[in-house]
Amino acid sequence: MTFDWGVVDDFMPRFWDGVLITLQALALGTLIAFALGLVWAMAQRSELKWIRWPVTVVTEFIRNTPLLVQLFFLFYVVPEWGPSMSPLTTGIVGLGLHYSTYTAEVYRAGIDGVPTGQWEASTALSLSKGHTWKAVILPQAIRRVVPALGNYVIAMLKDSPMIAMIGALDMLGEARGFSNETFTTEALTFVGVAFIVIAYPASLLMRALERRLVLK
Amino acid sequence: MSSSKNETENPAVDGSELIRFDKVTKRYGSNVVLDQLDFSVNSGKHITLIGPSGSGKTTILRALMTLVKPEEGTIKVSGQYLFHEEKDGKLVDAGESHIREVRKNIGMVFQQFNLFPNMKVLRNITEAPVHVLGLDKDEADERARELLELVGLTEHLDKYPSQLSGGQQQRVAIARALAMRPQILLLDEVTSALDPELVAGVLDLLRDIARSTDITMLCVTHEMGFARDISDDVLMFNEGKVIESGAPEKIFSEPEHERTREFLSAVL
Repeated sequence: MTFDWGVVDDFMPRFWDGVLITLQALALGTLIAFALGLVWAMAQRSELKWIRWPVTVVTEFIRNTPLLVQLFFLFYVVPEWGPSMSPLTTGIVGLGLHYSTYTAEVYRAGIDGVPTGQWEASTALSLSKGHTWKAVILPQAIRRVVPALGNYVIAMLKDSPMIAMIGALDMLGEARGFSNETFTTEALTFVGVAFIVIAYPASLLMRALERRLVLK
Repeated sequence: MSSSKNETENPAVDGSELIRFDKVTKRYGSNVVLDQLDFSVNSGKHITLIGPSGSGKTTILRALMTLVKPEEGTIKVSGQYLFHEEKDGKLVDAGESHIREVRKNIGMVFQQFNLFPNMKVLRNITEAPVHVLGLDKDEADERARELLELVGLTEHLDKYPSQLSGGQQQRVAIARALAMRPQILLLDEVTSALDPELVAGVLDLLRDIARSTDITMLCVTHEMGFARDISDDVLMFNEGKVIESGAPEKIFSEPEHERTREFLSAVL
């Protein structure tokens, strides 16, 4: 069997549609995962039990159930009594929510790694809790965890094809559709390579960022 | 120090009572670190706390800085309760804003410096004056520059803490505490983490500050020479209690208590 570039040519319009979906899901999913994970991590350090507790339960639950189940739940079950979202929006929310429970752990490790003395110095200077987080703790915690966060971006990219299961056709979803319709395989191979083409530079970018952020 | 028990309510005027511990008890599990401790410090005094490790000296500083909360008793600073508020004639646990207000009178320098590594020297000093006292940036910068001159580090204001030696970092930490213009400065073994050749410089700086300001100092130290130099009073601690106190000449030359004699012969 030979690789027919003509087939790839035919696939290109749909490929770009898929790339657009993949990149949107990845970028917005990452944004949610990074922001929400931080919220979880800070909530888990709250002095109030009624904040700490539910957050722990919810994040443990999400982390320990499959992403695919969560996507189905968001897409088919939630609309029965709540808002219904487009496939792409559902996919973004699902990916972001799922990965936020992992980034929360990463942040938690980063926050725990900031020496107690930093909190004590902040107290001694009467800095408010909020300002201590913003100016002292998080800048130190986040620098430490950028590499680990980066790994989850790559992991999310690799999980992103799951959103095709609820109808948000990412590049793999498009390739699968195209291949089924044309009885060819080139599109699937092409997309496989496309994942590397996106993931590898992304990991290089993360490494560069890591070097820049390491505390002098 | 005066251990007088009269309950006169004096606001902070020079020489008046600035800090009062009243039956303060702090436990860690079954370990009693402060045991029904009573003592007071008058404004402008330089007090050194000495005693074996585990005797509660550092806990006193940490309680004043609100880093630990005693289980029993009350602490007053400038006539105000530190951990309590009076409501309808009763003492209740104070809210965060009350604690912060009282705490603004107090600054602390730590054994491990605890500078903010993500901020340059200048911002380490200006951060709290800007965000807590509400100084504008220029005012805070000017204050920081004056203090850096005092501690002899003017040329380092644009460096990160990690680019400085331990002694330099501790000077910055002293400047940072002073930038809040506290009435009370707590010094918690501030030279213990320094290389021996850097100790003298930091102690000289603190002597200068003690001489040239009317700031009230509470100092936990193992540097007995320094304690003798700067102290108006020395408090000897043992097992969570003050067992002896008095002028440094008296404590160091003719200690009355057996435990004090043992301690001093071990450290001197």
